Amino acid sequence: MRDYEIVVVGGGPAGLAAAIEAKKNGASSILILERDRELGGILQQCIHNGFGLHIFKEQLTGPEYAERFIVEMQEMGIDYMVDTMVLEVGDDKRIHAMNPKEGYFIVQAKAVILSMGCRERTRGAISIPGYRPAGVFTAGTAQRYTNMEGYMPGKKVFILGSGDIGLIMARRMVLEGAEVIGVAEVLPFSGGLKRNIVQCLDDYNIPLYLSHTITEIRGRERLEGITVAKVDENRRPIIGTEKYYECDTLLLSVGLIPENELSRQAGIKINPTTSGPLVNESMETSIEGIFACGNVVHVHDLVDFVTEESRRAGLNAARYVKGELKAEGHSVDTQAGPGIVYIVPSKIRVDNIESSLDLFMRVNNVYHNAKLQLISGGQVFKEYKKKHLAPGEMEKIRLSKKQLQELGNDLQIKVVVEEVV
Amino acid sequence: MYDVVVIGAGIAGTFIARELSRYDLKIAIVEKTNDVANSTTMANSAIIHAGYDAPANKKKGYFNAKGNALYDQVCEELDVPFKRIGSLVVAFSEEDKITLQKLYDNGVEVGVPDMEILNQEQVLAMEPNLNQEILGALHAPSGGVISPWEMAIALAENAMENGAELFLNKEVKDMKKDDDKFTLYFEDGTMEAKYVINCAGLYSDKINNMVAAPLFEIKPRRGQYYILDKSEGNLVSKVIFQCPSEKGKGILVSPTVHGNLLVGPDSEPINNRDDISTSRDALDMIRETALLTCKNIPYGKVIRSFSGVRSTADYGDFIIGESPEVKGLINIGGFESPGLSSAPAVANYVVDLMKQITGGLTEKADFNPRRRPFIRFEELPEDEKAELVRKDPKYGRVICRCEVITEGEIVDAIHRKAGATTVKGVKKRTRAGMGRCQGGFCSPRVVEILARELKCDVKDIKLDGPSSYILSDRTKNVEE
Repeated sequence: MRDYEIVVVGGGPAGLAAAIEAKKNGASSILILERDRELGGILQQCIHNGFGLHIFKEQLTGPEYAERFIVEMQEMGIDYMVDTMVLEVGDDKRIHAMNPKEGYFIVQAKAVILSMGCRERTRGAISIPGYRPAGVFTAGTAQRYTNMEGYMPGKKVFILGSGDIGLIMARRMVLEGAEVIGVAEVLPFSGGLKRNIVQCLDDYNIPLYLSHTITEIRGRERLEGITVAKVDENRRPIIGTEKYYECDTLLLSVGLIPENELSRQAGIKINPTTSGPLVNESMETSIEGIFACGNVVHVHDLVDFVTEESRRAGLNAARYVKGELKAEGHSVDTQAGPGIVYIVPSKIRVDNIESSLDLFMRVNNVYHNAKLQLISGGQVFKEYKKKHLAPGEMEKIRLSKKQLQELGNDLQIKVVVEEVV
Repeated sequence: MYDVVVIGAGIAGTFIARELSRYDLKIAIVEKTNDVANSTTMANSAIIHAGYDAPANKKKGYFNAKGNALYDQVCEELDVPFKRIGSLVVAFSEEDKITLQKLYDNGVEVGVPDMEILNQEQVLAMEPNLNQEILGALHAPSGGVISPWEMAIALAENAMENGAELFLNKEVKDMKKDDDKFTLYFEDGTMEAKYVINCAGLYSDKINNMVAAPLFEIKPRRGQYYILDKSEGNLVSKVIFQCPSEKGKGILVSPTVHGNLLVGPDSEPINNRDDISTSRDALDMIRETALLTCKNIPYGKVIRSFSGVRSTADYGDFIIGESPEVKGLINIGGFESPGLSSAPAVANYVVDLMKQITGGLTEKADFNPRRRPFIRFEELPEDEKAELVRKDPKYGRVICRCEVITEGEIVDAIHRKAGATTVKGVKKRTRAGMGRCQGGFCSPRVVEILARELKCDVKDIKLDGPSSYILSDRTKNVEE
């Protein structure tokens, strides 16, 4: 058995940032375990730019963004293993893992940082009726084939779901010479970033069909076509609105799910809304000394926010190892009020805050001229005017230590609606 | 010239071929698709029925319970996962309770062991997640769950190890019988045989009709299903049926042998025998109906829906036996449920029939009933895992994260007899891609491994059938 102060499960943007920050804050031995063949996670297949505007104040591609962290991590002497699958994380912080070189091994850690990221929702999860031919891909899988393996998934493409990967892939397919017929989104608004709608669809004249879904998949062996229909307010297809499109490829961008099989196995409490672990201000899960960050906690729309959140996890894992995290003292439970889907973190132990804390949250609908209202002890504590709120864009509220100290034991955040769209 | 040609590599064909491979016979299995177990055997309820509902006066009743009893041994010999978890037929009304008694009585007649009728309290103690309004149930502990395609693949492999030859992509286009010899015609040639065993499933009537007058007609019935995540496999511990009706055994809720939860099927007459599409109406109906069994089925955890087609005959029973008109042709037709459950008993019956027809078969001295065990990495204890990875590092590389399937298992599945040649073939044999991400992460790696091991181009790797290409071309600026 090997011993490390901190073991990081997953070497994507979250794991890399957490490991670096832990090292900077005094953790002496850190090991990153990555299941893919290289570090960097899903960034390695995101060859478009737009990463790093917040963290580096410049536009980087995914691999460039990852590279900065990989280089820094290597220079700091942090250990890592790729091609390595973690099979079990125990609540005693023993990690069972293996790879072809080292075989099956166990590592004992003092603190663990979970950063396994997320996976894509599949066709099966949304039960699109019809045949089950080749040619139906999740957008991320198609992105891997195209950008990392150098193969095209097909020539005539339709996309279901307007998540960011789907939007990015619409443009990518066009640039690679494929025809992209359209994007259908079951909701009346897109789940993707505004800039991606403009730069990936509008700029290429790709139509976006809001409130539409696919009702049938045709083709016994390879996809031959799909039927798209308008949906009513309950997301049920409206009979008579069906339209058939011939295509050989369907990409699905219908949501991301945090990958928490290891967390569940360890007995960590999961928030059913996010499908990620419940975490406190230090990004610590329900098991002391096991931290989590990035898309394994909740799905982010910008990697920059993943980096920020993960630095917090890394810093606090280092503090935990040094015995500096306080379990007691003034604590605040956060609560998602009307209009808010979830808030991360779910608990704030105020004494552990150095200067300020960022609260991340998502709203449940598109709102214009609304307010995010913070309520504690039944009193409105603070309000933030928002011209525009949308489920596809994560909201961040920064509270100073002083503000947090003024709170009671609860903090509700809600959307105060002035106009619903 | 072959002694026996078995048409169709589904559960019937592979079972019969394997049992016949005990004897000194030159056997060919011809299969029109590119893999074993690719049609009805691939998509069904995967239940080894106890046999209480197959009428005693029909072949179904004669074979079901007998077949059920044979599964332990064959699964042990061929290292195929099989769990005798038992089944319940649940009653919601006094009328249903009468049905339970009828099923019980029929079960006794056909030889189903250890059945009991349970009252409400006993049922709910056994299965606390069932609808609390259930009035009682018929419990048959001999019911079980299996992976039918793994069974058929193992049988094909074992038959081949014992000398049988498997021909894939070999569709019988026509067949003739002259004197004592059958000639089978394929797109790429012919084959001669003394005996033909027609296990062509959905097309078994058409095969019969090539040499004989119509004896039965297949009236295909489609059934659709949901598969839920392994996290939900413990919702029930047994196969839970609602009371059967004329249409079928009713909607069931059951753990699968691999620990997922299965919900389905409906029973819908269709015209196209190959129509394995799903439909929203049927899936919605199944979803609703199953809630009667279990009010809290977490449909949010569905990972896949699928459909399969039953080879139901207009005859109302299995057709099993030598053609009354054409000597040497043995038909296995109308082999719908409980075909899977009956298959081992049917195979034994066919062997006996062959002994009669031929005047006796000679047993091979070197018949090996076992196949080389299939390593299932995840199921090994820690020290064996470590030892295996030391011996073959390919077992140290996990390809399918959801099901924890290693490269070693995939490579083995490709190189075994009746091995995998497609992504679906790998999935059927190893479960890579069968988990919650449905191959999202592993399919590019599986494609790569298949291409490497089969020494072909990545673009030539298919999902399933010959037209099911996965990748259309290289991207721009890639140098070959």
